[in-house]
Amino acid sequence: MGSKEDEITITNAKEGTMEPDGLEVSSKPAMLAASGPQSSACPSDSPGQEQSCQSGSGSTSKSAPTPIKPVKQLDKRLIGVLLVAPFVLYICTFFLLPLISVVSMSTHSINDDYMLTNIRTLSNFRSVVNAENLPVLLRSAKYALCTTCLCLFLGYPLAWYIARYGGRYKPVLLILVMLPFWTSYLIRIFAWMTILQTEGLLNTLLLNIGLISQPLDMLNTPFSVILGLTYGFLPFAILPLYVSLEKLDDSLMEAAADLGAPPWEAFTKVVLPLSLPGVISACLLTFVPAMGDFVTPEILGGVDTMMIGNLIQQQYLGFFNWPLGSALSLVLMGLMLCSILVFLKMSNSMESLA
Amino acid sequence: MSVPRATERRSSWILRLHTLLIYSFLYAPIVVLVLFSFNTDRRNAAWQGFTLEWYVSLFHNETVLRALGNSLKVGLCATFFATLIGSLAALGLARYQFKGRNLLGSLVFVPLVVPEIVMGISILTLFLSLGIRLSLVTVIMAHIAFCISYVTITVRTRLAGLDPALEEAAADLGATRWEAFIYVTLPQILPGIISGALLCFTISFDDFVITFFNAGVGSGTLPMAIHSMLKFGITPEINAISTIMLVCTIGSMIIYSLIGRGKSKK
Repeated sequence: MGSKEDEITITNAKEGTMEPDGLEVSSKPAMLAASGPQSSACPSDSPGQEQSCQSGSGSTSKSAPTPIKPVKQLDKRLIGVLLVAPFVLYICTFFLLPLISVVSMSTHSINDDYMLTNIRTLSNFRSVVNAENLPVLLRSAKYALCTTCLCLFLGYPLAWYIARYGGRYKPVLLILVMLPFWTSYLIRIFAWMTILQTEGLLNTLLLNIGLISQPLDMLNTPFSVILGLTYGFLPFAILPLYVSLEKLDDSLMEAAADLGAPPWEAFTKVVLPLSLPGVISACLLTFVPAMGDFVTPEILGGVDTMMIGNLIQQQYLGFFNWPLGSALSLVLMGLMLCSILVFLKMSNSMESLA
Repeated sequence: MSVPRATERRSSWILRLHTLLIYSFLYAPIVVLVLFSFNTDRRNAAWQGFTLEWYVSLFHNETVLRALGNSLKVGLCATFFATLIGSLAALGLARYQFKGRNLLGSLVFVPLVVPEIVMGISILTLFLSLGIRLSLVTVIMAHIAFCISYVTITVRTRLAGLDPALEEAAADLGATRWEAFIYVTLPQILPGIISGALLCFTISFDDFVITFFNAGVGSGTLPMAIHSMLKFGITPEINAISTIMLVCTIGSMIIYSLIGRGKSKK
């Protein structure tokens, strides 16, 4: 029971920081945890407890208008907290704690034998942008950008087709887009490896047609990595594009046409601006995962096409330079967070324009 | 419509062709992969004849069998714990009022948005910092972490579609809260729990990146076996394992969607 109480305190302490009334924050969780177990025995006797009851239910009572007596309310809340406690504990242990340990690890230094020392340093972050690692960072951004553009160009017409001409087949067409996503990414990328290899299907095909006289080396090139990334993240681009195009009113297109706009102009001046929120979500959903991808360059790429993910893996598992690996991971997280913020900002300014 | 019909028809033709090409792009590699697992040609280059040789040789490959065993162990353990913890949390979130419920509601989505590599690396760093040796247990712990949310979301969706009046009716008829849960709520959310568990198992079974960073020696799962076999060159055996994994994944996703459809029909 002792451990359960601790969990409640942790939960409440975490929530407490979100409360606007700062004065009571420190006392409330402790009181709730202390009075929790016997709360069903003694109904709301202290004024403080009453108040915490009210403030707790005040914000959320709209969704559940169950007329339960105040005696039971605290009891019910306790059960709720107990139910979510293991979840909160687990998520904290495996998301918050790891993040802290990465931050802490990134400030360690290693000696010549690649052993951790206790000397704290920020030099790992300087190594992130040195001549060896910076090109990898830039390359990751470049590949992610190419992937995003390709996904948009390939995905937009498809999303348009499903939204406009899909008819009753829309659900099937959408499921067909999403189905590959549920299969193992590793396997799908491996499938491309068998197609692209020197003695693979594509080369055999091209040789037989007579388009090429010598097999092409397609693996381990930027082409193969960007192709793999595009293949992997295309469904992520199609879905948000579909959602924004599906909402478009047909009559808008007709109105543009009636007013004399040629189809191309109707598209650039009416459809495209209205679907921009979808375009931005599509960018977000392809750029961020593509930049942090590890599997595609690992399988379809080589030394010259290494991305941040591979660099991190190399530092961790190859060179045992955990501090540098951690610093790289933090930089990757920062880059991802920045791009998310930029995209969100773009979609916000889009909304205010509309 | 004042758009010229010919233009309209031509552009719709191009669109249709594009759609066809994109769907081929999405499915061609998978079809090729499956086809070539039955191909007699060792080089995976051209179709030469039908064989089951590669599937048979898989069953004599000890590394693959051990990896399969590991995958099943990890998948089942992770599914069990994630389903338990996740369902409890869904129940707490959907049925009970407490402070920070809204905050927790968004916390549920954290594991879904954290990129795999970041998650794999940071959990590995935690284990390294604490001096925990990597083993099957560390893999299971990491898998639970990214599976929980899928269960919570699935079960919570199911609970949201339930009428709380049913439980209240049970309570009015004299059932204790526990009885009301066992006899009224649980039977109704069971399909949600089962489909959440199925989703968990699928994701755990397919996961490569997080396992890759948190598996110790001898605790590799099937995707890791595929990865290390790739290092020694492409063989049709890899196609065969991949095909088996694809069948498992797609099969469980079909069951998952069937359970979901059963819900909407009611």
